Amino acid sequence: MKKDFLLFVAFSLLVMAAPQYFRGGYMMNVLVFVGINTMLAIALNLLLGYAGQISLGHAGFFGLGAYLSGIMTTTFSLNPWVAMPVAAFVVGCLAGLIGFPVLKLKGHYLAMATLGLGIIFFIIFNETYEWTGGPSGLSGIPNLQLGSIVFDSDVKNYYLIWGVTLAVMLFALNLANSRVGRALRAVHDSEVAAQVLGVNARLLKVQIFALSAIICSLAGSLYAHTMTFISPTSFGFNFSIELLTMVVIGGLGSIYGSFLGAALLTLLPEFLRGANDYDIIIYGGLLMVMVMYMPGGLVRGIPALYRKIIKPKGEAGHA
Amino acid sequence: MQFDQILQYTLSGLSTGAIYALIGIGFSIIYNATGIINFAQGEFVMLGGLFTLSCLEFLKLPLWAAIPCAITASTVVGILFERLAIRPLRQPTPINLVIITIGGSILIRGLAMLVWGKDTHSVTPFSGDTPIAIGGATILPQHLWILAITLIIIIINKLYFYHTISGKAMRACSYNRRAAGLVGIDVRRMVLFSFIISSAMGAVAGIIIAPLTMTAYDVGVMLGLKGFCAAIIGGMSSGLSTVIGGLILGVLESLGAGLISSGYKDAIAFIILLLILFIRPQGLFGKSDSERV
Amino acid sequence: MLELSGITQIFGGVTALDTVTFSIAKGDITGVIGPNGAGKTTLFNIITGIYRQTAGTVLLEGKNVTGFPPERLARLAMVRTFQNIELFGGMTVLENVMVGMHTKSSSGLLACALKMPWSISEERRIREGAAKWLEFTGILDLSEHAASSLPFGQGRLLEIARALAAMPRIILMDEPAAGLNSQETLALAQLIKRIRDLGITVVLVEHDMELVMDICDRIVVLNLGRKLAEGTPREIQENTEVIAAYLGDDD
Repeated sequence: MKKDFLLFVAFSLLVMAAPQYFRGGYMMNVLVFVGINTMLAIALNLLLGYAGQISLGHAGFFGLGAYLSGIMTTTFSLNPWVAMPVAAFVVGCLAGLIGFPVLKLKGHYLAMATLGLGIIFFIIFNETYEWTGGPSGLSGIPNLQLGSIVFDSDVKNYYLIWGVTLAVMLFALNLANSRVGRALRAVHDSEVAAQVLGVNARLLKVQIFALSAIICSLAGSLYAHTMTFISPTSFGFNFSIELLTMVVIGGLGSIYGSFLGAALLTLLPEFLRGANDYDIIIYGGLLMVMVMYMPGGLVRGIPALYRKIIKPKGEAGHA
Repeated sequence: MQFDQILQYTLSGLSTGAIYALIGIGFSIIYNATGIINFAQGEFVMLGGLFTLSCLEFLKLPLWAAIPCAITASTVVGILFERLAIRPLRQPTPINLVIITIGGSILIRGLAMLVWGKDTHSVTPFSGDTPIAIGGATILPQHLWILAITLIIIIINKLYFYHTISGKAMRACSYNRRAAGLVGIDVRRMVLFSFIISSAMGAVAGIIIAPLTMTAYDVGVMLGLKGFCAAIIGGMSSGLSTVIGGLILGVLESLGAGLISSGYKDAIAFIILLLILFIRPQGLFGKSDSERV
Repeated sequence: MLELSGITQIFGGVTALDTVTFSIAKGDITGVIGPNGAGKTTLFNIITGIYRQTAGTVLLEGKNVTGFPPERLARLAMVRTFQNIELFGGMTVLENVMVGMHTKSSSGLLACALKMPWSISEERRIREGAAKWLEFTGILDLSEHAASSLPFGQGRLLEIARALAAMPRIILMDEPAAGLNSQETLALAQLIKRIRDLGITVVLVEHDMELVMDICDRIVVLNLGRKLAEGTPREIQENTEVIAAYLGDDD
């Protein structure tokens, strides 16, 4: 318990100190994206890694949060601080409602149904142009403001986004090691055994689906208010797959793994400039290689690899 | 006037529906033999179209030679996919299979982008593009090609499953894989066969539709999903139910696009998909325990 | 404690259970036996709400619980174990038993995620309670091991500890001795008696006749979906119909 807490404190300090070393707006901006993607990956991981329920439509909830926030603050001139929770509430209710029929499905069928949902959302973002601006996007979304501080610079945004990301991480870490987190993992491992022990699997799955959607919505709202411009391409099927890749690469059922996956996939294209369009080949290849050779993700795979390669030399101390 | 319009939409809907049916049957064949929903199914459709293009334009082959070459090339990709991705998988849980087939589909799409670029390519129709009038509506010769070839494929498919040893073995696998293994059927070979057949069928679908809709490295996503939708309507049957599923979907889509709004055309398929999954997951025609092949 | 009347189950034209009626007294160890295919596991699945029967009613402590889902029956203090142990393989031994205490704890999703004071103290209570049941079944020293790493016999004990953590008034065990060696079976017999001594009603489906005759207070015999006989172990051993049914099968 103590160790987990210290790890989190150390991680938070690292995050808070990072801007000292990455001066320069561009890198800060990339790190803001790492934060947003970390939140999204954690949201998907709670559903996929803990409860064992796949979703290929999470980009839809992300987009819904962004658009709801965007529309409320532009068309209706609402305060962003009011718009964000309202958006999250609406998305949560919607996900809860959809969750009941969707989560009755299992495995491949669940994957296809959530994929369909994501695409329906994407079509709605494109087609309701009187609200969303259609394919050309929605601009002029206001920045968040706290007293006299306006979150309009990269460094300020960094602290804003990462403050929320750390809160989401702590929230998820607590949840994972609790009664509810154990029940989720139990449903994952053997649904019937969990049920005979009194776990209401169906309700629990819907709850976690809604929670996951709420986190996505929150991330979406923050994205909209930091970027001030959104368009449907950020919320399509490909992004749902990118999120899936982050979670699988980092490690299913590991919160820090989600951060690793998000960081890797967000930074990777930055290092591969020039090979810009070909990042989908890398995503595809990574997904396949990870599932085949490192199904536990980086968080488990790297230590295992380390033991495999390093340990044999120090065999003496093994006993 | 109104009637002519409806006839027009229905006719063009039937030919896209036939394509969905072919792709849907591809999904069902793999699903029945292995329990896998192959998310990469749509990519074979894309490969079929683009390989044909290359055969015609770079190898300067005549159409009658280009088509078999394209089918063969796509099937080889299907075999490689089964051998390199599906078979070595150590923990074939449904989630891992979903992820690996998605990974495969992205990889194939990415490689196709490397080879053929991001442009949309057009393929010349098989026999010109002089419209043929039917009642108050017109259709293109390519529409007839699509319907005829689909019909032939479905008949061959039926003959294979009911009148050849390996077809019967495949059906046995779909009823009970373990029992099939016990009576001496090489189940792993049947899995490979199922990938061969469905990648070939996907390729055919891609080849015959390419002249109508043009083709590009990313056409597989939508076509694949619509094909899956057809298979779901048909209750994952690799026979008539999925064909009807595809035709219903094609016609509804075409009518919806023409009479309501073309922007929501793609949404129609997914709304049908969700409704069926929620209300009748066994398909529109299936009893809960019906025959699958 | 548990009353079954007229339980009938038809699977696509095949009658798996035919108007099975019997009741189980509080505090007894009751064995349900019968040749393969008699419908024992089907009956368990119906009692614990995993299948919905075609006809018949189930009363638990006088309350009609027909058609209740498993999680609701667990809240009414009925739990079960499975023939092919169903452990939560991705969790530690201790965590498995902690899930067993699900119905005896109540912190919701938000309380857990926000670490409310009451959820922290409840977590401590769950941990201590789970340890107590691991000690009861004698596998406390394994608590930090991965559940998937346990050998079959210890997995069985873990499954029982997990079920007991739910503090049931009635526990149903589906072939608890299957896959155990003779020493483990003896220990299991002792354990089941100790569970009964806690005041918990025990029902078990079992093939090991020696075990059944040794520990059961009453025995119900099923054959081909019907109840064939019911009585004390001695009465059953002398029942000619039961002997005939078993000779027809070579169990």
